Amino acid sequence: MKERVVMQLDALPMHGRGSDSPTMWGTLAFMLLEGSAFALCIGIYLYLLVLAPQWPIGALPPRWPAGTVMTVLLLASLVPNYLVGRWSRENDLARVRLGMVIMSVLGIAPLIVRVFEFRSLNVWWDTNAYGSILWLLLGLHSMHIATDVADTLVLGVMMFTRHGSNSRRMGDVEDNVLYWNFVVLTWLPIYFCIYWIPRL
Amino acid sequence: MSLARLATGSLVCLSCTACAGWQSALEAHGTPATGLLHLTWLLFVVGALVWICVMAILVLALRSRAAISTQATATPDTRVERRLNRAVTGAVIATALIVMGLTITSFWVARVLSPESSSPLRIRVRGYQWWWQVTYLDARPDRTFITANEIHVPSGRPIVVELSAADVIHSFWVPNLAGKQDLIPGRDNTLQFTAREPGTYRGQCAEFCGLQHAHMAFLVIVDPPEQFEHWREAQLAPGASPGGTQEQQGQRVFQSKACAACHTVQGTSAAATVGPDLTHVGSRRYIAAGLLETTRGSLAAWIADPQTLKPGTNMPMVPLNAEELNAVSAYLVSLK
Amino acid sequence: MSAPRSQPVNDTQLDSAGLARRLSQTWATPKGLWGALTTVDHKIIGRRYVVTALIFLALGGVLALLMRWQLARANNGLIGPDLYDQIFTQHGSNMMFLFAVPVMEAMGIYLVPLMIGTRNIAFPRLNAYSYWLYLAGGLMLWISFALDMAPDVGWFAYVPLSGPQFGAGKRSDIWAQMITFTEVSALAVAVELVVTIFKQRAPGMTLQRIPVFVWAMLVTSFLIILAMPAIMVASTSLILDRLVGTHFFNPAEGGDVLLWQHLFWFFGHPEVYIIFLPATGMISAIIPTFVRRPLVGRLGLVLALIATGVLAFGLWVHHMFVVGLPRLGESFFTVSSMSIAIPAGVQIFCWLATLWDGKPVMRVPLLFVIAFLVTFVIGGLTGVMVASVPFDTQVHDTYFVVAHFHYVLIGGAVFPLMGALYYWFPKFTGRLMSERLGRWVVSLVFVGFNLTFFPMHILGLEGMPRRVYTYSEQMGWQSLNLLSSSAAIVLAAGFALFFIDLLRSLRRGEPAGENPWNAATLEWATASPPPSCNFVHIPVVTGAEPLWENPETIEVAEGLRADRRELLVTSLTEARPVARESSPRNTIWPFLAAIATTVMLIASIFTPWAMVWGAVPLAATLIGWFWPKGTPEDES
Repeated sequence: MKERVVMQLDALPMHGRGSDSPTMWGTLAFMLLEGSAFALCIGIYLYLLVLAPQWPIGALPPRWPAGTVMTVLLLASLVPNYLVGRWSRENDLARVRLGMVIMSVLGIAPLIVRVFEFRSLNVWWDTNAYGSILWLLLGLHSMHIATDVADTLVLGVMMFTRHGSNSRRMGDVEDNVLYWNFVVLTWLPIYFCIYWIPRL
Repeated sequence: MSLARLATGSLVCLSCTACAGWQSALEAHGTPATGLLHLTWLLFVVGALVWICVMAILVLALRSRAAISTQATATPDTRVERRLNRAVTGAVIATALIVMGLTITSFWVARVLSPESSSPLRIRVRGYQWWWQVTYLDARPDRTFITANEIHVPSGRPIVVELSAADVIHSFWVPNLAGKQDLIPGRDNTLQFTAREPGTYRGQCAEFCGLQHAHMAFLVIVDPPEQFEHWREAQLAPGASPGGTQEQQGQRVFQSKACAACHTVQGTSAAATVGPDLTHVGSRRYIAAGLLETTRGSLAAWIADPQTLKPGTNMPMVPLNAEELNAVSAYLVSLK
Repeated sequence: MSAPRSQPVNDTQLDSAGLARRLSQTWATPKGLWGALTTVDHKIIGRRYVVTALIFLALGGVLALLMRWQLARANNGLIGPDLYDQIFTQHGSNMMFLFAVPVMEAMGIYLVPLMIGTRNIAFPRLNAYSYWLYLAGGLMLWISFALDMAPDVGWFAYVPLSGPQFGAGKRSDIWAQMITFTEVSALAVAVELVVTIFKQRAPGMTLQRIPVFVWAMLVTSFLIILAMPAIMVASTSLILDRLVGTHFFNPAEGGDVLLWQHLFWFFGHPEVYIIFLPATGMISAIIPTFVRRPLVGRLGLVLALIATGVLAFGLWVHHMFVVGLPRLGESFFTVSSMSIAIPAGVQIFCWLATLWDGKPVMRVPLLFVIAFLVTFVIGGLTGVMVASVPFDTQVHDTYFVVAHFHYVLIGGAVFPLMGALYYWFPKFTGRLMSERLGRWVVSLVFVGFNLTFFPMHILGLEGMPRRVYTYSEQMGWQSLNLLSSSAAIVLAAGFALFFIDLLRSLRRGEPAGENPWNAATLEWATASPPPSCNFVHIPVVTGAEPLWENPETIEVAEGLRADRRELLVTSLTEARPVARESSPRNTIWPFLAAIATTVMLIASIFTPWAMVWGAVPLAATLIGWFWPKGTPEDES
């Protein structure tokens, strides 16, 4: 077939940001996927609850403090997270570097709190189905925090190397910010299920 | 309806053997099976007509021919498109109407086939890997009794079967009389049917339950009401006393060997419930959940080596010498 | 590793031959083992997926023949219960997880980038990784079979049979972990396809101009993303029950046996549409080419795809009509299960209308379409039948259902797939398959299939349950079983001939040229097989049938780099160019990450701690994967 040129592309940027970035859409797709998994686990929680003659089954509700600290910590982390997002859009390398350090700390801290949360559950995963779903919910969310923290750490280190000055990294930071929002948001219904529903 | 019978009959003839039709949804002998068979025919006829129509359109559509080099039309005529779109819309509406009709019919059939019944006979069936424990319930506890793998019911009376499972999921299905219902650990289900006339029907577990799922059958024997009462009285009686010396020896072997560790024979010291109740095993047509016809020889073969006949069965091999085996099998077959 | 920084080379700076050469260099996959392990070319990976899936198809077919042999006679002693239970479990699991979904994904992986006019799929390294994971899961399942420890609880593994109390050994754990492998793989591909279709379409390819096959793959990908988490959660819960003592499915401790069925079928029903929708996409691609006109009711076809996808999530309880759920609840699912016939009907009537107005070219791909229509409509109609709760109480878990789902899966997915392979084989390889052999294949497969499976409808109504390794002569089932088993040989012969034709045509097929079928869509606007960069220049699209609107000339865009792997990102609805994007170079990291994942997943069948220490090498490989290499692709 003969070709006829009707369009020029060389003026386009070499790399898209925001909704022009395939990785942003990929991150959204992963959020949808993992959000479905969380929704299903909450579904299991509610299903077992409806079946049970009384809830929690054979245990006191989880103790308040650790979960509340977790919730406050995660919600608070949304502020620096938002700022990092804004700085990355402005391509402000110095501030983004600082922000990545802060977010790394704010990612590791919840993991430590999580240990206390597990110990406040008042039930083991193999005690009964109530314990099983509690540990599954908390475990799944912990895995998400852990993988995001690992991602943040590696990206943070990268920002301090020569690769950090590449504007692609700013796009990576934006995706990382987006995903942290997701990690925090998915915590809220899980928190509600674990700590509030047994007390209603 | 005779057309339906004729059609059913010819389908059944495709597979002629003596007992063919004793575990078939195409030969209905009670409610809800009869209603379900009518529904089956209705669905089949509607489906067949739809398929024939679609095939006719397909055949007609393929009348004209072309070659791959024929010029393709990139933008077809809008009038033609509109006509085609209207035809498609019409077909879709017809589909929706048929679907709605079938849905409503299905609901109506479901409602009609599950009536409230008064004074049903209540039977509890509990599924085990790979046999059926059958308990006949009664308001008076001394008139309840337990049997296995063979259910007798009076014709014309509603039967309510309470279903439970001891280990894994099973399914109770006697197609000549009713659709199936699962037996699920941790849940209580019920199934209801009324047999119209006397006959013998076979049921089989219809949910994969492990190695011997294929050999987990049961019989439903529909008796005229007086005959049923006769049978019930016989079942309520304790196990027949052994007549001859061999049978007496058999009873001794039964009570002293491993048999008593799993089985019950009312009136003896054997009172375990791990395996089927054998009080009237001799009166049942089959042993091992439909595997073998009940004869002295098959009983002996079964006891001698259950794993070869039904690999994976939970009945262990009980070491008996030839004399003990003969005695026990004589005793068991006498337990009518 | 990175080349010294030289002047960027734009495609405007080279002449046509030079450009083709330079692009080949830039996008090439070197020959040999290293090339095979490091490639990120969607075409190579897609072909690899197809070949692997077809091998699994053949293996699954052998299992089917074994079952038919055993059931040909009453009380047949050929196969005992343990082996038979492994065989039917393996047959179902293999066909559903290792053949049907992967092969449909594979066709998407290969064709979607070409059909939308881009150079590679989005996230090519993830694509490579997903194949290795799929292969690992398949090997694990088949090795377990060879070692006589394959799962034996049916492809949907109901608890308590598959649970810790009754599922002895590691069989059900192997099943559950095979799920993890194949689902992670499928999810990865789904994400890639969504992003590719959203963001990498050729300029001018608005939503209305996207080929229906691509729409089908898009909807399928969303189904995968929303449904597969259910089975991941289910299989994880099963492994947890078996390995660490959780009680999700233990009624004695507040768990529920039916929870498994809800979770499984919430995935399981969309699963069959994950298999079927791409097949409808293939039909929508083949018909226009072979009737020489565009599809009738294109919008309706696309809306039907979306409606089917949405409805697919509201049907699952129809697999549970005899577990004793409240009747009102069951009724809802009758309505939804019957309603899905409506979008299916829309598709069928649009296709029939297209055939009616068009001028049919009776070549093998269209013959498979005809075989599909005849067969699938039967399957769809028996589907409407089993949607009725009372009717289903008789036929659930009998050979009637076995007949139904084989009619919709083989008629509705495998026939279109075979037609699609005859159709696109010339594009994959540059050679045509045999028209003569193809006609034999269609005939043998069509006749063999119907004679094998139609009798099963009757057997089910005559009382034959599923999953029985034998039956007695008294049942009267022998003659129909013998008929079915004999016909299975004809069906097998048809498939064998198909494989022979595939292999033969690789070497001796007639050379095809760019567009042997004079088709309309973009994949036919480039060489057969396509160059590694797919298109020397990105095409620009002004209609839904690009090659029919402009048969002589194709409009293109220029200005992309020739010395780095570059493709075009466009906007979501209008497909306006918004940015260039680089596409990764060949790399070994996806392969290494897949090995790390495989070790972690297989070890966790035996100990939960494997998830912890297995994460370390996996993290290391992922860091290697994502760490920038300073190649031209990293420029911004």
